Amino acid sequence: MTSLAGKPALSLSRLLIHAVLILACLLYLVPLVVMLLTSFKTPEDIGTGNLLSWPTVVTAIGWVKAWATLDGYFWNSIKITVPAVIISTAIGALNGYVLSMWRFRGSQLFFGLLLFGCFLPFQTVLLPASFTLGKMGLASTTTGLVFVHVVYGLAFTTLFFRNYYVSIPDALVKAARLDGAGFFTIFGKIILPMSTPIIMVCLIWQFTQIWNDFLFGVVFSSGDSQPITVALNNLVNTSTGVKEYNVDMAAAMIAGLPTLLVYIVAGKYFVRGLTAGAVKG
Amino acid sequence: MSSVAVLSKASPFDALQRWLPKLVLAPSMFIVLVGFYGYILWTFVLSFTTSTFLPSYKWAGLAQYMRLYESDRWWVASKNLIVFGGMFIAISLAIGVVLAVFLDQRIRREGFIRTIYLYPMALSMIVTGTAWKWLLNPGLGLDKMLRDWGWEGFRLDWLVDPDRVVYCLVIAAVWQSSGFIMAMFLAGLRGVDQSIIRAAQIDGASMPKIYWKVVLPSLRPVFFSSVMILAHIAIKSFDLVAAMTAGGPGYSSDLPAMFMYSFTFSRGQMGMGSASAILMLGAILAILVPYLYSELRTKRND
Amino acid sequence: MATLEIRNVNKTYGAGLPDTLKNIDLQIKDGEFLILVGPSGCGKSTLMNCIAGLENISAGSILIDDADVSGMSPKDRDIAMVFQSYALYPTMSVRENIEFGLKIRKMSPAAIEEEVMRVAKLLQIEHLLNRKPGQLSGGQQQRVAMGRALARRPKIYLFDEPLSNLDAKLRVEMRTEMKLMHQRLKTTTVYVTHDQIEAMTLGDKVAVMKDGIIQQFGTPKEIYNDPANLFVASFIGSPPMNFIPLRLQRKDGRLVALLDSGQARCELPLGMTDAGLEDREVILGLRPEQIMLAPAQTNGLTNGLPTIRAEVQVTEPTGPDTLVFVNLNQSKVCCRLAPDVAPQVGESLTLQFDPAKVLLFDAATGERLGVLAKKQPPLEHGGNVTQLNRG
Repeated sequence: MTSLAGKPALSLSRLLIHAVLILACLLYLVPLVVMLLTSFKTPEDIGTGNLLSWPTVVTAIGWVKAWATLDGYFWNSIKITVPAVIISTAIGALNGYVLSMWRFRGSQLFFGLLLFGCFLPFQTVLLPASFTLGKMGLASTTTGLVFVHVVYGLAFTTLFFRNYYVSIPDALVKAARLDGAGFFTIFGKIILPMSTPIIMVCLIWQFTQIWNDFLFGVVFSSGDSQPITVALNNLVNTSTGVKEYNVDMAAAMIAGLPTLLVYIVAGKYFVRGLTAGAVKG
Repeated sequence: MSSVAVLSKASPFDALQRWLPKLVLAPSMFIVLVGFYGYILWTFVLSFTTSTFLPSYKWAGLAQYMRLYESDRWWVASKNLIVFGGMFIAISLAIGVVLAVFLDQRIRREGFIRTIYLYPMALSMIVTGTAWKWLLNPGLGLDKMLRDWGWEGFRLDWLVDPDRVVYCLVIAAVWQSSGFIMAMFLAGLRGVDQSIIRAAQIDGASMPKIYWKVVLPSLRPVFFSSVMILAHIAIKSFDLVAAMTAGGPGYSSDLPAMFMYSFTFSRGQMGMGSASAILMLGAILAILVPYLYSELRTKRND
Repeated sequence: MATLEIRNVNKTYGAGLPDTLKNIDLQIKDGEFLILVGPSGCGKSTLMNCIAGLENISAGSILIDDADVSGMSPKDRDIAMVFQSYALYPTMSVRENIEFGLKIRKMSPAAIEEEVMRVAKLLQIEHLLNRKPGQLSGGQQQRVAMGRALARRPKIYLFDEPLSNLDAKLRVEMRTEMKLMHQRLKTTTVYVTHDQIEAMTLGDKVAVMKDGIIQQFGTPKEIYNDPANLFVASFIGSPPMNFIPLRLQRKDGRLVALLDSGQARCELPLGMTDAGLEDREVILGLRPEQIMLAPAQTNGLTNGLPTIRAEVQVTEPTGPDTLVFVNLNQSKVCCRLAPDVAPQVGESLTLQFDPAKVLLFDAATGERLGVLAKKQPPLEHGGNVTQLNRG
């Protein structure tokens, strides 16, 4: 933190800084506030009032209708996200362990390939992946989506764990080897207990990425196996009849609440994930 | 005297131990080689075929790429990418840097404020797109609110204006990502060597000048990382377009990612879609490779 | 406890890369304390890792108790190691740290408990058994690391710079404790350090290494008094040996070195009679404590030793000595004098030397010269270990 000499005085510049910061806060919050307000209004209110006007009648009808449509898809997202998060994190941890402590010829090259893979636009793999899923009989299933998310999440999870494990001194592994411990014993008894922070980061990052995903959802699933993001988009963008913005907003909130709640509760891990992923070797 | 007969005295346990790391990594290596690079190759091949609704492997030369070249929609999408990407990167950077610098001034409740700036990143682009689509609704959104508040005759119909709809995408995207840039720069600012700043203060420079001339230039790596990441987000932008405009009105807000999806999966033009995907990859490589090259060069000079 | 023999060990990290270890030959007896000492990058840690089996050797063999362990994995060699950073398992308590290796060896819980208590008593860490490493001080962590090694009762103990992370005062205390422990337990030990004081005080045998080659292998006394080459002479001893480059001359049938302090000259007769040494470019080596104040200064009597008057350039009173720096032959020379000698800068002192203690080194190769030392093979051959004997 840059230091100012002495205590910060209540000067014009500090007032200006505070004003700007508070204004920015408001700007960031407005969309969320608007979504909430709109979701609790009736369609008539929406037509007569404006974005920030208080509802004349606070009603949850929007939410009820939204949930009725999104119900099954919400659980689809859970069925997709939870297994994918756990599996990709577990594999990432083992990979990171190998890449940082049991290096062998070719492992560094693999890491380079993996790192590069973090950057690829998924558009380049969509078609072949859908062919493969079809051949495996997993097209349009939640299992197929789990599979896809695990495969394409590997790069990030491995990166997280490898960067974390690299900072563990290898004298620790040497001492364990001298004590007679083998590959999995060292992982299970020594490394894993030390990994709580990065496991949290990985779980939260992956949860957010997978829950929020739309591209894989819309390409690899259809009908009953769609995740909630696809269902939301279908709900909001099908223009049959009168648009019910309260339902739209409630639906957006339902889709967004899980990751938002995770962020509020465990935000610091989220931030660590962002900056860890950004500081690429 | 024995020379190194390493394995002859090793127990079976040791031999297994030697292979375990490779065995553990093998599945992932397979997945990466096939699922990443193998599939890219497959798409690359498809882009030279005549595939439409189903993949065919009849050689078509550069025909698909020519069709892209002749497609007005592809040009619109590409141009939009440049406009969208450029504005998105520039504005996100500006906002992110300013907020980071201000937050660096030992503000009370800094953590709370940071949480607010960053929460949009926790949301899906679909949610963001939906929210901003409503906010920018011509007639019922921001324009109605401002009219109700007294600004007579204020109109905001960018969302349905083919020439201006891209700006709507920019607004939503900046709202989502600028907090992230702020977080990166704040972390960078916190890592700045204090003694350089004190030396500048002793030399008599004012704080704004110190930031502009001393601190920010030292954060060049953060600038580059941020630009890289923002460019990456811009090129991949699909969810946002799908939610906010579906590429409309017409295809005036189309972006390459949307184009690819549309042509590959809705319009049964797999060959053309593959070609567009390869061009997207090219765009990313065009940014990534010079960046990596310069990074490696500076590392070698250390 | 066991003997350790290292035969002709070589190590490279890859074809085309220079050898990290070249033709290492060492042997120590049961219960001996071997020190590997040298500057950073000399290969001492690599050698230790090879002894432990953490790294493979490219050629040669390592024998523990006359059994070739060169291909064995670390856990089969029955070796324990204490690391510079202690490498304690951070999520386990002290007790669990010590038990870890014993549990893997499938010792019975009763036997494990006995070992833990024995070791805890020995190192006075009983009160720490339930704490985690993060809650311990540096000195306590070091003891726990030693306890972990002792509990295994291995054939050989390896210490990789175990005291380097401690502050100076604690380091001196722990040094003495380690010596005491070695005397009690008579464990065969290999100890790596870059600190030459530890090398001198702790070791039964010392191997000085540089660039992957053993420069000299012998007792601390031999290394100190009879260094095989310039590097060993300069590395061991604090303050370091004085080196004066000059050309030998023959006067009256004797070899002499001409010293010039700027205000006086002196002929230093050398006992060596090697014919080939005259007119040779050599480096004269003289330890600071071997330069004394000439008694003529104090009571008018000389004792026949050559003297020279020189101007004091710098003085450093250290407490137990006064270090006085003068110029001889335009080289800075340090003299270790009694603490009550307190000359002023610019003052002239009469210093005297004992020619019998003077060492000569070849100016080009750094080899030790002179008939008093056995002829050393030149360094290019990779320095086979030879013990020096004063003739």
